[in-house]
Amino acid sequence: MENLGYLFAVYTIVWAVMFGYVLILIRGQNKLRQEIQQLKDSIKEKSP
Amino acid sequence: MLSRILLALSLVLLVTSLALIFFVVPTERTMGVVQRIFYWHVPLAWNSFLAFFVVFIASVAYLWKRTKNWDILASASAEVGVVFTTLFLISGSIWAKPIWGVWWTWEPRLTTALVLWLIYIAYLLVRAYASSSERGARFAAVVGIVGFLDVPIVFLSITLWRTQHPSAVIFTGGLADPRMILTLVVSIFTFTALYALLLVQRVAFKKGEEDLRRLKRLAESE
Repeated sequence: MENLGYLFAVYTIVWAVMFGYVLILIRGQNKLRQEIQQLKDSIKEKSP
Repeated sequence: MLSRILLALSLVLLVTSLALIFFVVPTERTMGVVQRIFYWHVPLAWNSFLAFFVVFIASVAYLWKRTKNWDILASASAEVGVVFTTLFLISGSIWAKPIWGVWWTWEPRLTTALVLWLIYIAYLLVRAYASSSERGARFAAVVGIVGFLDVPIVFLSITLWRTQHPSAVIFTGGLADPRMILTLVVSIFTFTALYALLLVQRVAFKKGEEDLRRLKRLAESE
């Protein structure tokens, strides 16, 4: 079981980067949804 | 709906791939347990090539048709491709340390792969710092087309030049045990499903950003 550390390092990094990327995407989508909602609300307020 | 199917498929394949790598596939005789890096390293590389192929096709289509959707597809695929390329460079570097004794060496496969990564980083920078989104899309499409020329160079580098990198084992029968072939195939499908999922998500996000920009312009004009 020599070099087991290298093997786990690769699998951990791949998981971590993928997870981080998905997290960034989810956060971005939530922010976008929020902004669209704010914009819709402000348009509603302006309209008579 | 498509995202949910792709997410479920990715998760099932991911668990299957990990089970095959850690419990089923035999340990390779020369390199030992560290050779198992191969089962994620190769699919990551294949999928970054696929991602940049999609960038190439979408960039050609954008320059031809000038439709925003092609540009969105190209930029989304480039971003996912950069993530995959980063990971295949890192996994290759970690694999190189116990086998070659160094983290990095300037040999043809590694160098051309690093150049590929830099090209698509440049692609993303061109988009980000262009004076207008139309100019950015046009310049990036040119980088996406020209940059794709490096993909066959990376792929063929092990046959064109003398290199430390192992030669292609898949097409030459280098994988003697059928369990090795099965594990590799499952891992390739895993990362392809993951690539498709991330691409669909990124395209949807970019379309949302476009809609928001349009709405803002509309709100300002009223």
